[in-house]
Amino acid sequence: MSWSIKKDQCLRCGACVAVCPQGALTLTEHGVKVDSDKCVSCGICQKMCPVGAIEVNK
Amino acid sequence: MLQNNYDVVIVGAGPGGSATAKRLAERGLKVALLEKRQEIGVPKRCGEGLSLRSAKAIWNNEIPRKCIAQDINGAIVYAPNGNSITISGDTNGYVLERKIFDKWLAMEASRAGVYVQAKTEVTDIIKENDYVVGVKANFEGQEYEIRAKVVVAADGVESKIARKVGMNTTNQLINIDSGFQYEMSNINLTDKNKLELFFGEEIAPRGYIWIFPKGDHVANVGIGVSMCDKTAKYYLDKWIENNPRFFKDASIVEVNSGGIPVGGLLENMVMNGFAVVGDAAHQVNPIHGGGIKEASVAGKILGDVIADAIAKDDVSKEALSPYNKLWWDERGNKLMKVQKLREVFDKISDKDMNMISESITGQDLLDLSSGNKMTSLVKILMKNPKLLGLAKHLM
Repeated sequence: MSWSIKKDQCLRCGACVAVCPQGALTLTEHGVKVDSDKCVSCGICQKMCPVGAIEVNK
Repeated sequence: MLQNNYDVVIVGAGPGGSATAKRLAERGLKVALLEKRQEIGVPKRCGEGLSLRSAKAIWNNEIPRKCIAQDINGAIVYAPNGNSITISGDTNGYVLERKIFDKWLAMEASRAGVYVQAKTEVTDIIKENDYVVGVKANFEGQEYEIRAKVVVAADGVESKIARKVGMNTTNQLINIDSGFQYEMSNINLTDKNKLELFFGEEIAPRGYIWIFPKGDHVANVGIGVSMCDKTAKYYLDKWIENNPRFFKDASIVEVNSGGIPVGGLLENMVMNGFAVVGDAAHQVNPIHGGGIKEASVAGKILGDVIADAIAKDDVSKEALSPYNKLWWDERGNKLMKVQKLREVFDKISDKDMNMISESITGQDLLDLSSGNKMTSLVKILMKNPKLLGLAKHLM
């Protein structure tokens, strides 16, 4: 269970944060932060991301 | 300077936050409006369209010219087969310059007596005895505790504050579009006074592509899609490449993205000492994804409800709940209807849409997108036996 957020592609729009059912994502000045204790690798954020900056490996 | 005690603290200086703040100040309350970004209105997460009807109803048509990038007098809507329907008339809308418009709204709030402060991020809320009683905010690396009788979350689609308070504002994937947009220059626009909208399962699954002009050869070129395999950016890039008639010599001067709520309206938007407004409360028109008007209307309603509650010295959930009722009466029920219509559109195949495009007029489209005259669509669908199935969904 892992994920990667491509910082070069992320526009920090927060769309992923809006749909995360676990509340595991936060938008910070530097990018999106993942709380690994809360993340269940459901992949919804990856489906939401308008630019394909998130990759979740189940 | 920022003080440590207010009647109301509002988190987020977009249209919803500024509208709420201004109304509260007009009602004589001491209000702070805090914006985490260093510049209000930047970056935009918006196509920047606003109807003249909304501009008149909400701002008495007094939006300064500097906020308006382009007057709009209609739209050209394209069916998947390229068949187009033109809606035209007098000036009936604007494409705004959000970075100027949002700042103007915040300044209007400030002129009404609100204390506005940019680059001030609310990091947490303060709760006591099940009441929200203030926020923790970070400004220039220092943490401040600010007390308030009511805290309003107007913090956009990610709705961080509401979640911290314990209100579930997570939107379901089915009720949120993935949005991506370029502001482009040196485009060959068909008509700088007209919005152009492009539909089709191939080009924008469950959504559409838009060109919103912002001057002679400048426009927001964007897409909203949902429930599809590829990213919004992928679909837009492909479409731009396939449309050299517009974009052969065009440049990209800005890149925007965001989630667009198109459903999932909240039945309850208040808790003890707390309320949520705008994108954070999913207050967006589900058919076109426009939220400026909805946030502004809701903000005014919310401002009055909070002012009444504070006057009675009761900011409990019950005392703030008239906001739910008033908003649902004024906007929610109508937006629910529009959401239903959107769900019907989701089921329409490209073939059906091509057929509809042959029997629908510009005026029909205009009526539908505002949630009015739903029956006219039913009539159009019923004219064509093959579309009867769709008509049933609306009745």
